[in-house]
Amino acid sequence: MDLILVNLIDGLVTGLLLFMLSAGLTLIFSMMGVLNFAHASFYMLGAYFAYQISIYLGFWMGLLVAPPLVGIVGAAVERYGLRRVHQYGHVPELIFTFGLALLIEELVKFIWGNDQIAYRIPEILEGAAFSISSYDIPAYKVFMIFLSLGIFAGLLFVLTRTRVGMIIQAALSYPRTVEALGHNVPLVFMGVFGVGTALAGVAGVIAGPVLSTFPGMAFVLGSIVFVTIVIGGLGSLGGALVAALIIGWMTTFAKAYNIRMEDILTSLGFTKPEPVWDSAWADLWTLTSPQIADILPYLLMILILVFRPHGLFGKRDV
Amino acid sequence: MMQNPDNTQGRMDGGISMRTAMPWILAALLLLVMPFVFQSNSAITIMNQMGITIVFALSYNMLLGQAGMLSFGHAVYMGVGGFVCVHVMNWGIFGSIPLPALPLVGGIFGMLLACVVGYFSTRKAGTVFAMISLGVGELIAACSVIIVVFFGGEEGVSGDRTYGLPFFGVEFLNQVEVYYLTAGWLLISAMLMYLFSRTPIGRMANAVRDNPERAEFLGYSSRWVRYNSFVAAGFFAGIAGGLFAINYEILTEENLNLTTSGSILLVTFLGGVGVFFGPVVGAIVFTLLQTVLSLETEIWSLYVGALFVATVMFFPSGLAGVMQMHVVPIKLGKWRLLVMPYVTTLVPAIFCIIGVSGLIEVLFHARHAAIGETEMTLFWVTFQHTAILPWVVFALLALSGFWLARRNAPSLLDAWHRANTPDGADT
Repeated sequence: MDLILVNLIDGLVTGLLLFMLSAGLTLIFSMMGVLNFAHASFYMLGAYFAYQISIYLGFWMGLLVAPPLVGIVGAAVERYGLRRVHQYGHVPELIFTFGLALLIEELVKFIWGNDQIAYRIPEILEGAAFSISSYDIPAYKVFMIFLSLGIFAGLLFVLTRTRVGMIIQAALSYPRTVEALGHNVPLVFMGVFGVGTALAGVAGVIAGPVLSTFPGMAFVLGSIVFVTIVIGGLGSLGGALVAALIIGWMTTFAKAYNIRMEDILTSLGFTKPEPVWDSAWADLWTLTSPQIADILPYLLMILILVFRPHGLFGKRDV
Repeated sequence: MMQNPDNTQGRMDGGISMRTAMPWILAALLLLVMPFVFQSNSAITIMNQMGITIVFALSYNMLLGQAGMLSFGHAVYMGVGGFVCVHVMNWGIFGSIPLPALPLVGGIFGMLLACVVGYFSTRKAGTVFAMISLGVGELIAACSVIIVVFFGGEEGVSGDRTYGLPFFGVEFLNQVEVYYLTAGWLLISAMLMYLFSRTPIGRMANAVRDNPERAEFLGYSSRWVRYNSFVAAGFFAGIAGGLFAINYEILTEENLNLTTSGSILLVTFLGGVGVFFGPVVGAIVFTLLQTVLSLETEIWSLYVGALFVATVMFFPSGLAGVMQMHVVPIKLGKWRLLVMPYVTTLVPAIFCIIGVSGLIEVLFHARHAAIGETEMTLFWVTFQHTAILPWVVFALLALSGFWLARRNAPSLLDAWHRANTPDGADT
């Protein structure tokens, strides 16, 4: 029981982190109809910017300054890159963001080198916040949960309760009408792209110290973020939240509980071949759930796309 | 976007004529004499790599260029084809199969996998297809560590091509023999892929790419048209995998993952997706960049990435598209108008690029070289990166080159318009 609770918290941290990335991505998608392949690269930029700032000014200034910087970079990319490619259609846009992801990774390698950098959590958050029976829950995880929840509350408030949020929502559905009413829709697009990438930046700042900061970090998380928004339904914020939490918990539980294929097969009445490594089915018999934890999201995505192409909560076809 | 400008001509030519056969005869002759021109072992290795990349890129363009499907997992079909071929090499029956037939086995297995995956992935083009291909690609790449029996885990699977049945006495012990095998398959597959693009099903793929709804109204299921292209692309990717297996005799997880799938996208787009020979150009240029540039500088992939992004932004039709843009001025006999503006704009632009890359290299050396090591060699000149002179020289080159190119660009644009306007037409 205690272990379940601990894993629930761990999965929640992963899920919320994923959501912070996928929220921006899905907003950008519903606005421009383009999947930003480079989204996870902005997450990486967030971590590296925060590291560079934290050397001089400490972790908290990094948390404050790095996300807006990432947002500015993102807005510039939209203004000078994406807007130009937009005229060629959606596929070249996707290819452009893919190229951008490659380029950002190379730039990061160029500036900060190939190795992992020593970006650490602040001293005040080291140690355990509380413990459940014998398991310690690190203070940093609690901090991550509260910070991401706070950001979502803020995002939700801005989107649903303010005038700016109303214009954004209107621009999502009827960009031409909003333009006719005298709003600068390209500016709104640029702003949302900037905010979306800044959110990814926040995720990078807080995830960098725990998931380690290295040039491949965008690559590791990038495709999972895609999977998240496809499962949740493209363009749906609620769907992104649900999918992120499902993926977070699914992978955490698969890693924590060592379910072995051997036990399942034996209980189904098959006999284990001896010695197992000579058998053609050796891989099936030695399969364990921690092994397949990382591919579970992809399996889920393929199943969803085959049986429910709109995703869990998506209104439109992808 | 991706128009296919040579379509209208092809419709008129119809059957085989000297004009349509000529490029292929020239290509065959070129492939035949290449090893005599470049005799060194490393050159032949590069040419082998080039040939494999060309087959792979052409097969990728069957999806992206001809059928409008952007795939992020095409390496999987090449990889699986290659893995099957390596396993065939390790089996006892390999001694009774002539080695040149082996890529066919890879092709068939690549096709079988494409048959299965295509069944659910070709329902839609565009973003859906891209996402499914990414998911399937990552899934199979991740499986390679789990299904050790087939993929050999982290160290991969290796074989030995010389155990095969000698083919008319040739045992494929040295690189030149492998080169001719690769070249033969390259020619056959390129020809087949070209012919495929000329069949009604290949034409329908273009129609579905441009306007799926209209194609449906004509009575074609756009899904099955896509499915056919997808399966055919899987077949040729498998052939490329078989050639890879013969050439390198080892396949690893690297042959399946997103990096390989992404780089073939890069190759194809760089070359140009709108023209049949575009991927060929892309594969040749990319392989040369990869081998030559990586010898010169550590950060070659930064340059390649920048080149790719610039291509997407400014020349979405790729290198082949840029070449094809010059057909009209040449036909009008007005290409001479372009020579001077090209010289006055491109030469400063090249100086600008040299300056910028010089600055990048010096900066890179200053940041990442071993401590105390300040000497570096760049453009055949050795200097200290602590000295101020190289920085000034490169900055001056970059700035003045940029300024000159910028100043002369309008005259190039003007000349371009004049060269593309027939005489007597109202401008």
